[in-house]
Amino acid sequence: MSVSGKPSLGSQARREEGVAWLFLAPSLVLFAVFTGLPVISAFFISFTHWDLFNPPRLALFDNYIALWNDPIFRQVLGNTGYYVALAVPLQMLLGLLCALGLNRGVPGQGVFRVIYFLPVVTSTVAAGLVWAWLFNSNFGLINMGLSLLGASELPKWLVSSRWAMPAVIAVSVWQGLGYAMVLFLAGLQNIRRDVYEAAAIDGATGLTRLWYITLPLLSPMTFFVLIISIIGSFQVFELVYVMTKAGPSNATNTLVFFIYQNGFMFYQMGIASAAAMVLFLIVLALTLVQYRLQNRWVHYE
Amino acid sequence: MNSARSTPTAVDWLIFLLLLAGALLMCGPFIWMISTSLKPSAEVFRFPPTLLSADPQPGNYARIFSTIPFGQAIGNSVIVATSVTLLQLVVCSMAAYAFACLRFRGREVLFLIYLAALMVPSQVTLIPNFILIRNLGWIDTYQGLILPYAFSSFGTFLLRQYMKTIPAELIEAARIDGANHLQIYAGVVLPLSLPALGALAIFTFVAQWNNFLWPLITTSKPSMQVTTVALASLQGQFNTDWPLLMTGSVLAIVPMLIVFALGNRSFISGITTGSFGGR
Repeated sequence: MSVSGKPSLGSQARREEGVAWLFLAPSLVLFAVFTGLPVISAFFISFTHWDLFNPPRLALFDNYIALWNDPIFRQVLGNTGYYVALAVPLQMLLGLLCALGLNRGVPGQGVFRVIYFLPVVTSTVAAGLVWAWLFNSNFGLINMGLSLLGASELPKWLVSSRWAMPAVIAVSVWQGLGYAMVLFLAGLQNIRRDVYEAAAIDGATGLTRLWYITLPLLSPMTFFVLIISIIGSFQVFELVYVMTKAGPSNATNTLVFFIYQNGFMFYQMGIASAAAMVLFLIVLALTLVQYRLQNRWVHYE
Repeated sequence: MNSARSTPTAVDWLIFLLLLAGALLMCGPFIWMISTSLKPSAEVFRFPPTLLSADPQPGNYARIFSTIPFGQAIGNSVIVATSVTLLQLVVCSMAAYAFACLRFRGREVLFLIYLAALMVPSQVTLIPNFILIRNLGWIDTYQGLILPYAFSSFGTFLLRQYMKTIPAELIEAARIDGANHLQIYAGVVLPLSLPALGALAIFTFVAQWNNFLWPLITTSKPSMQVTTVALASLQGQFNTDWPLLMTGSVLAIVPMLIVFALGNRSFISGITTGSFGGR
């Protein structure tokens, strides 16, 4: 191709290559040190006994077997599943309803959007604190309100093994629905207007239009919101830390709290890393499921 | 989409009222937080509850600074969040420039590796990173709080998607004028990427300000705590002093509300750009 006249082409491409690696250098170093190598190390640490004070000892599969036989870990997985199974659909449903409402062009929609989104930018620690106060079983606003309404048997909320998790879930729905709403709004605004105009000519209105046009065309976004919400929910930690410290008696202990507890309270780096690998596998599997199912379930225009 | 519609229907009004009720529910905790923060300690246990105290205590906001080094914690949060944001803007935009505007062998593979890192939950790298920081003697240091966050795959992805939309002719024209890549990056591409850089900056700043688990495990001295950690330890020490705890919560939230008020459009565009690209 470059028969004559441009002998510099090759060297120019090579120079561009060199420049590219210079631009990439800072990110490569940081990525290797704080993400790449740690992922690999976490894998190896999960096969050791290591308390950080003595050198690590080879454990082979001991940590995984210990997790498998640990009733608390099973409870933790169950709790996390319970949390995800309730928090995700509620966040998504309420986020979708808000987005559909706001997308109609109601007065003050800009203000509404900001208000619904505020909890998303709020520190989860601060949000957990105020909700712990609201759910306080003796002096919290919720129970005071319930007793003003005449309720006689008040839930003990955060100190009750039955009600603590629903309370944590309620807070996560409050905090997360604005995020789903914003994504759904973007998805709704991405639907072309002429589709609705065509539907109007065919006489589709109201719920018919919602069911047969809006929701199918929104499905790529719905699927995306579903997957990132599930992945995010599996990592719930801060609300649990602030509101219940995983109690009462592990009723609200979740996967990431379990990792924190074993790593940084019990100094069992091996067990904590093995639990982190379980979390990694769950997230990985969900991501792969997303790629597989996306084409089958999702309607593109 | 109903801008053409002239009169709101009954359904529109119903939806408006539902949204209004929902908005009140969303605001409720914030209002209660402020209300409690201004009450005398004993009044919070009174039944029935009061919204506005007859004896408001703005002094609670002074008390928190004398009880724990909360001013220092806010300062630490500002230092950490600002440094992480600036570093990410530089590091991610450099990487994004290479991915979007330069040709090199292994470009697609490396980009996929960076993207794959988005699937790794941060808790997976938590323990090795903690061990690393500890071995470096970086517990209770700013570099320990900042450097692990100086690069982000998300930021690189966001900026690369944006830089891809810059017309190649602009870059070509600069090259013909004799500009080198550093000049094109700093003089052409970065100025044109300001919306994406702004979105990343706000997104990163808010995320860092609210970050909790990493600073929790890598700081032990109160003087190195960031706001979220200081707040959590305040809860440990004064777990029934609700006015004090709510004062701290208000102070932890207000700066983010200001940041968000200034840039809510770019914040939201950052989130949604990520979602459309990720599909």
